[in-house]
Amino acid sequence: MTTLAPETVPDASRPGGAAILDAGRRARRRRLLGTLGRYALLLFVLVISVGPFLWQISTSLKGPGENIFAFPPEFIPSDPTLGNYVAVMRSLPLVNYLTNSGYVALLVVAGNCLFGAMAGYALARMRFRGREPLFAAMIATLVIPFEVIMISVFLVARDLSLINTLTGAALPITVTVLSIFIMRQAFVSLHPELEEAGRVDGTNEWQLFWHIALPSARGSLAVVAIFSFMTAWDDFLWPLIVLRDPEKFTLTVGLVFLDGQFSADQRLIAAGTIIAIIPVLILFIALQKQFFRGVGEGAVKG
Amino acid sequence: MIGRRWYTPWLFLAPSLVLLTVFMWWPVVNTAALSFTDTHTLRGGGFTGLDNFRRIAGDDFFWNALGNTALFTVIVTPALVVLPLLIAILVSAKLKGMTFFRVVFFSPVVASMVVAALIWGWMLRSDGLVNFVLDRLGVINEPLRWLSDPALVMISVSIVTIWKGLGYYMVIYIAGLQNIPQDLYEAAALDGAGPIRRLWSITLPLMRPTMVLVGTLVTLNAVKVFTEAFVLTGGGPNRASETLVLYIYQRGFSGLELGYSSAMSLVLFVVVLGLTLLSQIVTRRRANP
Repeated sequence: MTTLAPETVPDASRPGGAAILDAGRRARRRRLLGTLGRYALLLFVLVISVGPFLWQISTSLKGPGENIFAFPPEFIPSDPTLGNYVAVMRSLPLVNYLTNSGYVALLVVAGNCLFGAMAGYALARMRFRGREPLFAAMIATLVIPFEVIMISVFLVARDLSLINTLTGAALPITVTVLSIFIMRQAFVSLHPELEEAGRVDGTNEWQLFWHIALPSARGSLAVVAIFSFMTAWDDFLWPLIVLRDPEKFTLTVGLVFLDGQFSADQRLIAAGTIIAIIPVLILFIALQKQFFRGVGEGAVKG
Repeated sequence: MIGRRWYTPWLFLAPSLVLLTVFMWWPVVNTAALSFTDTHTLRGGGFTGLDNFRRIAGDDFFWNALGNTALFTVIVTPALVVLPLLIAILVSAKLKGMTFFRVVFFSPVVASMVVAALIWGWMLRSDGLVNFVLDRLGVINEPLRWLSDPALVMISVSIVTIWKGLGYYMVIYIAGLQNIPQDLYEAAALDGAGPIRRLWSITLPLMRPTMVLVGTLVTLNAVKVFTEAFVLTGGGPNRASETLVLYIYQRGFSGLELGYSSAMSLVLFVVVLGLTLLSQIVTRRRANP
């Protein structure tokens, strides 16, 4: 947007000035209308993206005496209560599900960060026979979705006695090609002088990796950590296949299981979904930049 | 080099190679091998040649699932190529509060698909919020049966996917928009081009590579849709929203027919591979006209 410098402000007292002033006013009014229109559209999108969450929160806060099927619906609970949250944490195995999801997510984040960085480092900074074919084999399998191989992954898990274990839920995504790829890109662009300086001191390859390379790739490491946390926390199909016993369910499988039960109370399900979102939402608000960067790097996969 | 043996790289690679071999490379090979057998969870199986593929050709449920998946892809792809671009253009304006809007629009992305489907399942009931809003706006006279009308269920499943995807693809578009030189717009404005004209003649042509990228990502995700349909409708009513992966899952894990479902997985892979190659061709052609 350009602003008029003071000396170019048209003067109505001069001949022709009135017309210019009028045109200026019209342009300004059009710009104002455009701005208002933009905000109106933004608000519309806002309602669509946040409305469903708000409605879910509203349902989760409604007391047992309120008709949640009322028509017209009540947007603001008339008898708000946190009772559903207490109930869902106490009477339903939600705490159990949260712990299970947390455990799986921890394994997956640790695995992707450590193993992904190690593999990425070897592929980026070391010369050895078979490096190129190996990297090509990894990239090639990026096009194979998990859904295609799930039957055979299930058979592997069965042979390794991983069925109905949380470790089994975590292992297939404990290191992904995407994580290796992101870390490799980070190490490729690493300053060689840093490494040379380390080598002179006679440090071995592991110390070089751990003390010099890894700290300077912190940004990419954060992206890998966030991505693998989200993958593990949101994973549904594989835990659904591998976990049998409701005691072992992760949050996603557990919520669907609860929702499918005959006596399911929507207030409790709503409270459960809100509890499920909170950890990820906190993470997102704290680490927006890395999230947005992660989307960019994740898109490379395509 | 100091402290370096020939096997040093392999030590760094070992954990990843073990995991990838056990949980990816071997299953890929095994899926292909199982496709030519009648392996069953309980009684094993033997080589049956192309029998599975002949059976697929005559399996009405398979074609139904493929049709539903195709319908879903056809609804979701244009929606998620166009809508996020428009939103990205909206939030790229130099106005107050744009960071806030970006963050808020992204928030459905961080909710898991299961949560998104549960939220929408609650809203799409016949007596739910969606019907109420549409009724008040005068769009409908009687409640739509979003989750039980065979003609509507795939649209309902698509709504969840589109809602959750808007923010993700918006971010990809924002990155693309930032690469458009600002003086192009200024020059066009000086020439008297209005906002619509600038969108049409500058933004869209320059964003075409990003649109192809987004279209590819959306399509490849769409053909393997599972969670939305599983949570929202379980594939019902009467298989009207049974997608390909849902059918493979049911044949494999409820029907225990591992050989047959592997063969269908192979078909799914061919579809994915075909779409990947198609997108490569489109990208190349755009790059060197």
